[in-house]
Amino acid sequence: MTHSPSSISRPLPVPPPLSARARLAKWWRGEATAPAKRVQFDRPLTPWVFLLPQLAVVVIFFYWPSVQAVTSSFYLEDPFGFSATFVGLDNYTDALSSGEYLSTATFTAGFALVVTALSLGLGLLLAVKADKVIRGASIYKTVLISVYAIAPPVAALIGMMLFDMHIGPFTQLAGLFGYDLKVGVNYWDTAFAMTLIAVWKQIPYNFIFFLSGLQSVPVSVREAALIDARTGWARFKDVILPLLAPTAFFLLIINITYALFDTFAIIDVIVKDKPANNPMTLVYKIYLDGFKGNDIGGSSAQSVILMVIVAALTVVQFRFLERRVHYG
Amino acid sequence: MMQKIKPLDHLILILGALFLIAPVVLAVMSSTHSAVWIHTNGIALLPGTDAYATYKKVLTARGGFTGDVTGARMILNSMIMGIGFAVGKIVLSMMAAYALVYFRFRLATLFFWMIFTTLLLPLEVRIMPSYQVMSELHLLNTYTGLIVPLLASATGTFYFRQFFKSVPDELLEAARIDGAGPVKFFFDILVPLSRTMMAAIFIIMFVYGWNQYLWPILMTTDEHFYTLMRGIKSILQVWVGSQIPDYNEAFALAVLAMIPPVFVVVVFQRMFIKGLTESDK
Repeated sequence: MTHSPSSISRPLPVPPPLSARARLAKWWRGEATAPAKRVQFDRPLTPWVFLLPQLAVVVIFFYWPSVQAVTSSFYLEDPFGFSATFVGLDNYTDALSSGEYLSTATFTAGFALVVTALSLGLGLLLAVKADKVIRGASIYKTVLISVYAIAPPVAALIGMMLFDMHIGPFTQLAGLFGYDLKVGVNYWDTAFAMTLIAVWKQIPYNFIFFLSGLQSVPVSVREAALIDARTGWARFKDVILPLLAPTAFFLLIINITYALFDTFAIIDVIVKDKPANNPMTLVYKIYLDGFKGNDIGGSSAQSVILMVIVAALTVVQFRFLERRVHYG
Repeated sequence: MMQKIKPLDHLILILGALFLIAPVVLAVMSSTHSAVWIHTNGIALLPGTDAYATYKKVLTARGGFTGDVTGARMILNSMIMGIGFAVGKIVLSMMAAYALVYFRFRLATLFFWMIFTTLLLPLEVRIMPSYQVMSELHLLNTYTGLIVPLLASATGTFYFRQFFKSVPDELLEAARIDGAGPVKFFFDILVPLSRTMMAAIFIIMFVYGWNQYLWPILMTTDEHFYTLMRGIKSILQVWVGSQIPDYNEAFALAVLAMIPPVFVVVVFQRMFIKGLTESDK
């Protein structure tokens, strides 16, 4: 093996491609990926016994409904469930060409963006500050982690009280400035309340991860940073932030998923099954169309569209972001 | 060598902590006042005198905001859900992870991918078909229906797989020399070794199960299976059109719903953070 610069651009030797049959045989024998352990048991039956419960649950409660979602998205079912007609891609074209669906999709994207940016930013800010102070750090930590344990619907219930038209302090505060805050009636007021509650609920999670990421930065690195970088901002930007990148990358995915899916409860508590003129996310629309509108085909088509988006999002995020992330 | 602490840092932290904890404090305080008091005076900052009456009513009275189920029953159901989910998750995922890490067997790769694909798609995207499957299996309004379908996500399996991979290979070699079979190795060596991991996952999963909202809403129409989270939805539905809403009862319900998870997480804080941050990556 030479180490001349030109050898870098030369392609690496590729092992001869396996025939399709050989590859299939490897899958069959369970050797398509490297074994997790150097030594493994070689019993024909035991692993099945251990694997079976999980596998059964996954097949019945994950694959069966997923397949059912795809199948029913091609059918138009009458509201009483007596008959179903094959309609091809109609449910998809109906969904994608409806203005209501597109405005929900736009709101969902904006909502996810704002919630992710705010809760990541504020979580990071608090974590950086908590990492600096020694006295009282554990109190801040306890306060934040207890908020983490609160369920989204509970957060939303309390939030709704704070935005209540009669007793809500937020409504009263807005009233002082001459603004009539109408959560549940006015589109943007409702969107504001949803966002605030969703961010409130997610800050502690990001805080916990950022803080433990910060605390794993070695003292020697911190000391070197103190010498090299003059301002606190430069230290943060050039030293701490790159070291936090893996945590931030992981949290980015978690936060987008949170904004898309886990906010269901918050939206349901605020909207209360009555869409009227209220903003909602795509997941909530799937629920409303399926359960309240009895549009099983349409709801399933929306499910499938969302499945594709989520799966693609995860793959794209891993592909694109992993390259820019420094793994220490 | 630490950097100098500026007052501004503390100010930001205090403001942040206040922003996060204030709604909780207001909810606890308001739950100790009567509905009429709240209606005239607004959200409470200080404790009131009606705590006993309110909590007694929420916990024991039938026909409050639901037809015939008490708050105590909802707490019990939430407990069953939280503990059942956590235990089920640990059992299923430890077993599956053991098979995937410690065995060579046919189609292992396929099953690996089948199980881990579940991490890609959350339950929320297949609400309607999941409901249909449950109704075909006659699992609506059962504890099985509340708990088992939620076990179909591979998070726990993922944690345990990572953990088992970090267990030194020498342990298995030594066990095999001593003549231990796979079952004996699992129960006598791996399970005791995983105790801390199991405890951390139990806490995380208990909180997750207790806090479930969407699934109980779909699965339960019979009030005897209502969890506290399900109760929150009904108390809001009852409000529409009532003269003075039962603010105090709603706050009391919120407080009851947050006590167990907050308690568990705060008490086992260190273990919880460790389990969360080290296994999630």
